[in-house]
Amino acid sequence: MQSLKQNARITNGLLGLTFVVMIAAQFLIFVYVPTERTMGVVQRIFYFHVPLGWNAFLAFAVVFVCSILYLRSRDMKWDRLARSSAEIGLLFTTLVLITGTIWDKPAWGTWWTWDPRLTATLILWFIYIAYLLVSAYATEASQGARYAAVLGIIGFLDVPIVALAIVLWQTQHPSPLIFEGGLTDSMLLTLIVSIIAFTLLYASLLILRTSLRQDADEIKKLKQYME
Amino acid sequence: MRSAAGKTLAIVWKDITSEMRTKEIATSLVAFALLVIVVVSFTLEPGQNTSSIAAGILWVAFTFAGVLGLSRSFVIEKDKGCLQGLMLCPVDRSILYLGKMLSILAFMIVVEAIILPVFIVLLDQSGFPPQLAVIALLATIGFAAVGTLFSAMAVNTRAREVMMPLLFLPVASPVIIAAIKSTGLVLSGESWGAIASWLGVMAAFDAIFLAVSPLVFEFVIEE
Repeated sequence: MQSLKQNARITNGLLGLTFVVMIAAQFLIFVYVPTERTMGVVQRIFYFHVPLGWNAFLAFAVVFVCSILYLRSRDMKWDRLARSSAEIGLLFTTLVLITGTIWDKPAWGTWWTWDPRLTATLILWFIYIAYLLVSAYATEASQGARYAAVLGIIGFLDVPIVALAIVLWQTQHPSPLIFEGGLTDSMLLTLIVSIIAFTLLYASLLILRTSLRQDADEIKKLKQYME
Repeated sequence: MRSAAGKTLAIVWKDITSEMRTKEIATSLVAFALLVIVVVSFTLEPGQNTSSIAAGILWVAFTFAGVLGLSRSFVIEKDKGCLQGLMLCPVDRSILYLGKMLSILAFMIVVEAIILPVFIVLLDQSGFPPQLAVIALLATIGFAAVGTLFSAMAVNTRAREVMMPLLFLPVASPVIIAAIKSTGLVLSGESWGAIASWLGVMAAFDAIFLAVSPLVFEFVIEE
């Protein structure tokens, strides 16, 4: 009981911190940081796009590590963590793709180009869709956990090869220019705060989702016990 | 006791024997791949038949035929209850993987060897560049390496027909890209040097997944 209370206190603390940093990041993005000269106001989406992308990758790295730990230990704790992380990673990847297309249209004049990063992100998205589907369509829970773990490993190992193939493919085309100059100090500060805010958001969502999954598992166990 | 290679070959031989008797996989795959080539060719305007488009058509056909053949490989085992028998065999799970991988690789190579000349004729390509054989071999090894793993997974899920392509296509995408691009280059008369980096991508993919897949295979078929 003591540890439960302690856990709840840590979770609430983290949620509060996420809230404060996220508000600060919104202030920096919409009020503090100057508008970029060549692209105008649409460039502000960059401060969402990059942190989401970074956290999506972090989420999939967590899936990879937890998948290996699950297969070694068969502790459902790792499975819950991996699958929750994959769901959040998929959500963030979806947002990366959406913010990307919104940004592309005014910046490059097209909704979509087969740019290496865009294409690699899209394929990553498909791999983790398959990850969630294969664990959902498995015939029993332990099988779903094993399949998910195997795909969590294979999918993550695939990412660098996907990136390599697409970069090679696209070197035949000129790559679009993102920034004329580098990032100024104020832009860098905004970006860093935004990355911290979204990383905290990722951690909060991960903890909430994992504990929800744990409760669901326990209820299932109780139900079986009662039958 | 047989050696590891002997055990692997025994599994391959079992698959080849049953295929020789039923001819189930090879005939259906050849017919299917040809159909894909024909259907995709409907999109072509006369005179639009460039080598890069032809390469795309060829690999769409090989990829989809591959998905079909790979999933059949374990559907047959599962439906007739042979998978249980295979798992009872006193062999390492990685040998099971290698055996199934090699047998499906052999079927796909046979199918591709039949399709390639027909493709050259149907899409009016000038001759058969020898590089094409190497590209097809490297790509097919990659397909079989991840495909065997996913096939064993998909067969145990509820929506197995749709799970196989969903699992296979995104993970195999580097091989598909490399195969299409390098085939386009050799069909337009480029030499080995032009496709070296593409062959490298496929070789890297094959090496990584031939090393990892046998390790994780035991977690896939465990009951």
